[in-house]
Amino acid sequence: MPLYTLISKDFYNEDARDANWYKQNRQGFEGAEKAFEMSPEDIISEVKTSNLRGLGGAGFPTGIKWGFVPKDSGKPIYLAVNADESEPGTFKDKYIMTWDPHRLIEGIIITCWAIKAHVAYIYIRGEYVRPYEHLQRAIDQAYEEGILGDKVMGRDFKLDVYIHRGAGAYICGEETGLLESLEGKKGWPRLKPPFPAVVGAFGSPTVVNNVETIAHVPEIIKQGGQWFADLGCEKNGGTRLMCVSGHVNKPDVYEIQLGTPLYELIYDHAGGIVDGKKMKAVIPGGSSAKVLTAEEADCDCSIEALQAAGSMLGSGGVMVMHEDTCMVKALQVITSFYAHESCGQCTPCREGTGWLLRTLNRLLRGDGHPSDVDTMLDLSGNMQGTSICALSEAAAWPVESFILKFREEFDYIARHGRSMVAEKQSVPA
Amino acid sequence: MSEASETFEFTSQNLERCQDYLKRYPTKQAAMLPVLHVAQEQHGFISKEVETAVAEVLEVPEVEVHKVVTFYTLFHRHPVGRHQIRLCMNLACWLRGSDCIKAHLEEKLGVASGGTTSDGKITWEAVSDCMGACEDAPMMQLDKDYYDELTPEKVDQILEKETA
Repeated sequence: MPLYTLISKDFYNEDARDANWYKQNRQGFEGAEKAFEMSPEDIISEVKTSNLRGLGGAGFPTGIKWGFVPKDSGKPIYLAVNADESEPGTFKDKYIMTWDPHRLIEGIIITCWAIKAHVAYIYIRGEYVRPYEHLQRAIDQAYEEGILGDKVMGRDFKLDVYIHRGAGAYICGEETGLLESLEGKKGWPRLKPPFPAVVGAFGSPTVVNNVETIAHVPEIIKQGGQWFADLGCEKNGGTRLMCVSGHVNKPDVYEIQLGTPLYELIYDHAGGIVDGKKMKAVIPGGSSAKVLTAEEADCDCSIEALQAAGSMLGSGGVMVMHEDTCMVKALQVITSFYAHESCGQCTPCREGTGWLLRTLNRLLRGDGHPSDVDTMLDLSGNMQGTSICALSEAAAWPVESFILKFREEFDYIARHGRSMVAEKQSVPA
Repeated sequence: MSEASETFEFTSQNLERCQDYLKRYPTKQAAMLPVLHVAQEQHGFISKEVETAVAEVLEVPEVEVHKVVTFYTLFHRHPVGRHQIRLCMNLACWLRGSDCIKAHLEEKLGVASGGTTSDGKITWEAVSDCMGACEDAPMMQLDKDYYDELTPEKVDQILEKETA
C-alpha cells in the first residue's frame, strides 16, 4: 500500500507555516467554515462515522469521547490538546506542530465548536522549544487574521488557544496527569471515574485529544466521515503517522493507511534492516507496547491486528532491533526510563520499577542469580492492575514480554554473568 | 545565568509576562509552570528565593511551588552552566550508538554526566527520557536546539560552534 500525504504533505514546507498560504493552497479553514454551518451534534456524528481513533496511544474512538461531554453542566468546557509526546519511539506530533500548525489550529476550532468549548490549552512538552515557537507564531498570526479570538472567522463564536509548556515529566502525557499539571501541580494522575469529559480541568468537562487526532479533523469535515473511514480498515479510520526508528535504514515518520502490513512499513518504506542483518524484534507502539518477535510482527498496522498479535499499536512508535541486539541490555534501557518517570504516587509502580531496574543492573554487571528472572516476572505481574494510571503496566509489559520471548538470553546472563549476544559476537567467524 | 543571590525579584518586563499568563487560566495556581519558566529564564535556576517570589505572584503557599519544582526535571534547583546538554540514552538512541557519544562527551568535557565543566560553561547530562527525535538517533539537545545523527566528530564541531 502506498504512503499517504493527508496530513504529512507539508512536512519540510516552510510556506505552510503561513495561515494565508494554508488557506490558498490547502483549502485551509474550509473545514471550519463548513463546520460552522453544521450543528455540533452533526459534527460529532460525522467524526463517529469516520472511525477516527485517539492517536496518542489509547485508541479511544474520538467522536464517542466528544459525546461524553455533559450537555448542561453549566460549567465552561475545555479542550486540552495533548502535545506532550513523550512515549519513547514517538516523534510525529513534533512534525505537525513544526510544519503544519494551521491544520492543528483548524482542527482545534472545529473540535471546540463541536464540544462547545471557548478555551483550548495545548500542553506541549518542555523539551520541544522550537516546535513551541513555530506553533506560537502560528497562533499569533491566527489572532491577527481573526481566525482566533472574540469572533472566530467572523462568526459569533469566541475561542482562545493557549500553549502550556510542560517541564520534563513523562507522566504529564497521561491525560489526568496532564490536567493536574495544567492546574499548576505535580503531574500525579487522578483516579477515574470521573473521566475528564465530565470532570477535567478546573473541575469542568474537558476533552483531551492528541495533536495528530485533532489534525485529522479538518479533512474529515471537508471530505466526510465515510470517506475517512473507507481510507482505513475496519474500526480504524483514515491514515496515521507511524514513527519508525532503531535498526532500519531510513528511520523517519511515515503516513500509512490503517491496515498497512507492518513488514511493508519496515522493509519497503523504512528501507529494511541496517547492514543487511536479520530483524530480531519490534516494539510496535512506543516502548510501553509488548515486544514482538520478527515472526509475530508479520501483521497489519491496526489497533485490533496488533492486539491479536499480542501487543498494541499504541502511539505508532515502531522500534526495530536486529539480530545483534542484547535483549537484556535493551530491557534495562527501557526500564531505566520507567524507573525515572514513575511519579511515585502508587507503591507497586514506584517500588516495582526501581526493583526491576536494580535486578537488571545486577544481571548486566554479572552479579545476577538464576532466580532473578522469575522474580522479575513475578514482580511485573504484581505491577499490573494495581495502580492509578497505566504507567505501572507500561513498565511491566516490556519486562514480561522480553523475558517470555527471549528467555534464554536472560537465563544465560543470570547463569554465566555475561551477555549471550555479546558472547556470540566475540566468537570469530 | 546569574550567580546565586540572596534575593530575587522579577524584572518589570518579566512580571508583566507573568501577569499575562495569569489571565489565561481560571485559577492563579495554573500559571505555575509558565511563571516558573520565566523565573528560570531570568535567574538560571530556581532557588529558595525564586520559589518565594513565584509563590507571591501566584498567591499560593511556597510549598505548592516547591512541590512542583522538585517534581519536574527541567527546573534546575542549583546553578548550571551557560549551556546545557541533554544526551538521549533511550532505546532508539542506544540502538544507534548513544553509549559511544556519552563516553565521548565525558572525556571531552572532563566531567561525568550531571556535572558542569570546570569553567562553568557547560552542564551536561545523559538522560533516560526520549526527547522525541528517534528518527535522528543518536541525538542530544543543546539549549533550545536538537542535534541529530551524532558522531564524536560531529559533537566536537557542535561544541566548538555553539559553545565557543
